[in-house]
Amino acid sequence: MKMNPSKGYRVFQVVNTIVMIFVVFVTLYPFIYLIAQSFSSEAAVSAGKVTFYPIGFTSATYKYILRNNDFFRYYGNTILYGLLGTLISVGGTAILAYPLSKNRLRLNKFFIPFCIFTMYFSGGMIPNYILIAKWLGLRDSMLAIILPGAISTFNLLLMKSFFAGLPEELEEAAAIDGMNAYGIFAKIILPLSKPIIATMSLFYLVGLWNEWFGPFLYFDTKDKWPVALYVRQLVEGANKVEFGASAEVSNVQSTIKSAAMVLTSLPIICVYPFVQKYFVQGMTMGAVKG
Amino acid sequence: MVSKGKKSKNAGYISLGRHVRKEWKLYTFLIIPVAYYIIFKYIPMIGNVIAFRKYKGGSNILGEAFVGLRYFKQFLGDESFWNAFWNTLRLSISYVLVRFPITLIFALLINEIRKLKWKKIVQTVSYLPHFISLVVVCGMVKEVVSLNGPINTLLASLGFDKISFLSLPEWFDTIYIVSGVWQALGWGTILYLTAMTNINTVLYEAAAIDGAGRFKQTINVTIPGILPTIMTLLILDIGGIMTSGNMQKILLLYNPLTQSKADIIGTYVYRMGISGGNFSYATAVGLFEGVIGLILVTSANKLSKIFTDSALW
Repeated sequence: MKMNPSKGYRVFQVVNTIVMIFVVFVTLYPFIYLIAQSFSSEAAVSAGKVTFYPIGFTSATYKYILRNNDFFRYYGNTILYGLLGTLISVGGTAILAYPLSKNRLRLNKFFIPFCIFTMYFSGGMIPNYILIAKWLGLRDSMLAIILPGAISTFNLLLMKSFFAGLPEELEEAAAIDGMNAYGIFAKIILPLSKPIIATMSLFYLVGLWNEWFGPFLYFDTKDKWPVALYVRQLVEGANKVEFGASAEVSNVQSTIKSAAMVLTSLPIICVYPFVQKYFVQGMTMGAVKG
Repeated sequence: MVSKGKKSKNAGYISLGRHVRKEWKLYTFLIIPVAYYIIFKYIPMIGNVIAFRKYKGGSNILGEAFVGLRYFKQFLGDESFWNAFWNTLRLSISYVLVRFPITLIFALLINEIRKLKWKKIVQTVSYLPHFISLVVVCGMVKEVVSLNGPINTLLASLGFDKISFLSLPEWFDTIYIVSGVWQALGWGTILYLTAMTNINTVLYEAAAIDGAGRFKQTINVTIPGILPTIMTLLILDIGGIMTSGNMQKILLLYNPLTQSKADIIGTYVYRMGISGGNFSYATAVGLFEGVIGLILVTSANKLSKIFTDSALW
């Protein structure tokens, strides 16, 4: 920048641009292919003609999926679990992170390691399954997917370091005015914490939006499925056909699968560029903390 | 009240009982979340005792009778366990070996982009796969490598035979690793890029005065500057080698034809325990994996402390 770049460096810049174009292309290509396939005719897909854009353009697959009321039900479930779960998760993380961020609380010497230990060792799949399905009896309940992951310790640490960075003076002034800990948290801390609350909400919401394994384990009633589990069933179903025999059957499904995958990811892809900075902020906050 | 609160930072100034009584309102915040941690994180840990006890699926999560190491002996003598064990190691280690350097190089290359707008585009695009549901990622993988998908179309147009990637065990590693790099590459650079922006520009200027070009500056300034980050991420990766973080992905990608190469401990535990109902046996396998994971991350941390002075704790 300051000096004349050497010839080697200029060559490097050209090569670097080519490498970056390649990365951008490879990252986006599967999405392009999926979209192209979802708008193509079955015949074109099974002939392997579709690569970058739809061949034999048709929106029949979308019509087929959207005519199907089930799809809206699954989508509705995803939205319900996502919003409710995010509310519980952000609330739970905040009320834990706040006291943990206070150095003057002596019992934090116990509670902080108590939380952090769970990042390095966990109960494992089977004890969790037994706890949720058998002991708590949450089989087929949406609590089975909202509660177990409600507080992520990683998010907890991010929020704790955010709270620790807030100016102490405001809280002290409020305490002198006679405000108690609950008032201080609700009226002073939370309004100051909008950025971290936005970041946390997005982290939890994306996690819940994409969740399929919990519902897969615990939901017997198909009506309760989130859309991710429905897409999994479509994909697996087509997969089995591919193993079996008729290629044609699997391709009828291929376009439907693609359309379902596009519809599932659409909200994330559309919203993502605008909220990306909150995710990155969250990650870098964690890094500053060390 | 407030000034007393500040003094209590000096441990022992007031008794613990008085401290709790004084701060009790703040401590009440902890009740629900700590109860959550006990129920959803610590009880499952205790639930691991069924690895040593016979559990038949009832509501007594601690099982019925003590059987000692029976289940451990059983799985250690089981060939399919060892198959899953070696698959776990092979897949995780080769994934880390490929992804780790590529991510680091990619971060260094992004750091060299001079046009800010273009840099922003590259970053935004490369982070995107991180947010896509695993179900969709695996569905995409299956579409892209399917017999009439674009890769086979390309192979055919170059005159090669089409390959049924998903049903050939020897292709599983490649599919797993390449799709993993696709998912994680961009997101993995964030911490490096943050660390790079924290490097003092004076160091670069000094290096430039000493006649170092951009390449030398990268080797002598950037890399040492981000070494703590590199080590932290390496510790996490090594610690994660045995844990089944990618169990869900394999569950979505594998099939009976590729199982010999694709089955990992996580999927083995799933099949034995949840599909098969051998809860105690599967718990024993899971516990074995968890303990090795804990040992791995602890030793990686210790080694890093000794050699580079940076550690997680």
